[in-house]
Amino acid sequence: MAKAAQANAKGASAKSASVKKSPAKKPARKRPVKAQPAPTKEELLGFYREMLLIRRFEEKSGQLYGMGLIGGFCHLYIGQEAVVAGVQANAQPQDSVITSYRDHGHMLACGMDPKGVMAELTGRAGGLSKGKGGSMHMFSREKNFYGGHGIVGAQVPLGTGLAFAHKYNNDGGVCYTYFGDGSVNQGQVYESFNMAQLWKLPVLYIIENNKYGMGTAVHRASSTTELYQRGSAHGIPGEQVDGMDVITVRDATAKALEYVRGGEGPYILEMLTYRYRGHSMSDPAKYRSKDEVSKVRSEQDPIDNLRQMILKSKAADETELKAIDGEIKTIVTEAADFAKASPEPDPAELYTDVLVEA
Amino acid sequence: MPIQILMPALSPTMTEGNLATWNVKEGDTVSAGDVIAEIETDKATMEVEAVDEGVLGKILVPAGSENVQVNSVIAMILEDGEDASALDGVDTSAPTPPTTDPAPIATDMPSEAEFATPAPAETPILSEPEYTGPVVNQTVREALRDAMAEEMRRDPGVFLMGEEVAEYQGAYKVSQGLLDEFGAERIIDTPITEYGFAGLGVGASFAGLKPIVEFMTFNFSMQAIDHIVNSAAKTLYMSGGQMGSSIVFRGPNGAAARVGAQHSQCFAAWYGQVPGLKVVSPWSGADAKGLLKAAIRDPNPVVVLENELLYGQSFDVPESDDYVIPIGKAKIERDGADVTITAFSRMVGVALDAAKLLAEEGINAEVINLRTIRPLDTATIVGSVKKTNRIVSVEEGWPQSGIGSEIAAKMMEHAFDYLDAPVTRITGEDVPMPYAANLEALTLPTPERVAAAAKAVCYA
Repeated sequence: MAKAAQANAKGASAKSASVKKSPAKKPARKRPVKAQPAPTKEELLGFYREMLLIRRFEEKSGQLYGMGLIGGFCHLYIGQEAVVAGVQANAQPQDSVITSYRDHGHMLACGMDPKGVMAELTGRAGGLSKGKGGSMHMFSREKNFYGGHGIVGAQVPLGTGLAFAHKYNNDGGVCYTYFGDGSVNQGQVYESFNMAQLWKLPVLYIIENNKYGMGTAVHRASSTTELYQRGSAHGIPGEQVDGMDVITVRDATAKALEYVRGGEGPYILEMLTYRYRGHSMSDPAKYRSKDEVSKVRSEQDPIDNLRQMILKSKAADETELKAIDGEIKTIVTEAADFAKASPEPDPAELYTDVLVEA
Repeated sequence: MPIQILMPALSPTMTEGNLATWNVKEGDTVSAGDVIAEIETDKATMEVEAVDEGVLGKILVPAGSENVQVNSVIAMILEDGEDASALDGVDTSAPTPPTTDPAPIATDMPSEAEFATPAPAETPILSEPEYTGPVVNQTVREALRDAMAEEMRRDPGVFLMGEEVAEYQGAYKVSQGLLDEFGAERIIDTPITEYGFAGLGVGASFAGLKPIVEFMTFNFSMQAIDHIVNSAAKTLYMSGGQMGSSIVFRGPNGAAARVGAQHSQCFAAWYGQVPGLKVVSPWSGADAKGLLKAAIRDPNPVVVLENELLYGQSFDVPESDDYVIPIGKAKIERDGADVTITAFSRMVGVALDAAKLLAEEGINAEVINLRTIRPLDTATIVGSVKKTNRIVSVEEGWPQSGIGSEIAAKMMEHAFDYLDAPVTRITGEDVPMPYAANLEALTLPTPERVAAAAKAVCYA
């Protein structure tokens, strides 16, 4: 066992996992793409606030898990914040979002209440699913957030179905369907790609390639590791994006959305990103080296880089950023306090919400 | 007040672990997110990150310590403006009380007595308005088509998708003519990709549409069962009632004729077990029309188990857009006093034929057409058994954990004192369906087998 683990760790470090783009084949485009405007000061600070909220929220989740207040699975998004922040910056009110079980960041980026999310993690009545969903299963009609799905890859046909509904209702919406590198070998993903392209459905597929599906490196699970090309058999254009840079993510998404909203069908964005923490909380951490993790953290951290960008461009100074840090700390502390204080669900809730009364 | 850093748990079952290393020393400034220590158990290691910022005031558990209790204080952080004197008098000796105490819920739990009877024990007794309007003689196939057409005219969110439903007019011609009336936007040919299009349908239902997903046969629904169970049936519960899946999965179920093992299987017990699903299985043309219309109008996911051999059979069918059969309501097809026979789908016909054979021998059987598998109309069955004191259940599916097994259990729970004979099951034989005509015939229930079982429980 120890031997196997060693071999894995060696394999992982031999194939460097730094978040660098491979020479990307540019997809053929049918329409000229507008250059994206430079981010405004408000936008930069908005990104900073949002990404920091996710980071601090997740750190707090990890802490509450360690204290036994959160049970079961708890998949943290630390390291990947720039992806959801950059993508959702482009969202219109009619759009919809669906993702996997690593979903806390997506819910916060969709504007869902941190208190409700945290109280769901602690399994309390004040949680967004009244304590009955847990970390992996939260939803919001109001924010068009369709979950939190625990079966790897299952959200891909579901998101394609949401896109089908956008087209059926002709509401101009796009479904942002997020999934990880671990799900790209699921058959249902390709069944979905086929139908989405066949019917020109308005769906943006966002592959969050964080290098490891659980403990298996991409190159150990996927016969081809250029995941943005996974739609090529269906004629779906794809692009590889530096998912550690929120502005790059924002711009790539804007371009992709122009294509999707133009009625051309689905588009794939492969976001190269990195998960600092384990797959879930109990992670042997034997499949990658500590050096690998700390190298990405120190050189490519999306929040540190954004902070530097903000300071360099003089969008804000240290004092202003520190004030934001304080605001976020307050929000997260309040969320944790709410999640601890909220009562457990009433036992009578056991039998509710199984069926809608016809 | 200094901030306590507690020994974290890597999993809900972990009670203690080793503190392997400290990455910081007393006096260091730490920020939220900094890795300050590493802990390990026999299974895993984990980095401990600071959640708060400040100066590491004191390390209470040195590196290399083993068997450190979860939630005990391992270090203290001094907040902005605090100095070491803040540590004076702070009690760090005892572990802080763990927050994993399950007590809060225990006090609210129902008593054991309340648990003794399963909560939603019996289905409510539903009333079904008697239909007295005009009828038309048509096949089950036509009744199903009319049900879909009427509901599609009524609700623009209803659409039909599946393999060969549009241009081919349905693999079994159930959707004949629908493409002409409703167009390709609402009658949608899919690729042969059950997992994908079932999931796509569920996604569309999340958004408020009303998909009718046709499986060419239910055997192929096994490819899609994850979306039926995990995505459609559970979302309402997992979302705390915020959103669910209003969708119909329909198609022929059970044995056809001479199509072999992989194409001849009954899924009533499979889907009937799942909370969050409704399952209906019509026999007559009226059943087909009334139950499918009810399924389409129902706000929940409904599995409609049809039968290919019934598609061509003709019945009198109510000619009304408003003919809807309540889901959860069985129908007594034949009144009798001596023995109850329950059946669903094609087996209702077998049960009625058995009743004729029994009548010739002076036994008056009551035949119940279950119509709904989930929620099962226990009240109607119990009511019948109170009268007859004997019951035989008939189904095409396999015996173990089947619908008959469920009925037997329900009778034990709700009609034990009324039974004069053991509950008896007539099922498909416990084998994959053979191809040979004579073996296939031996596999499925027949009127003769049912009649023999009914005589046995009557001790006749």
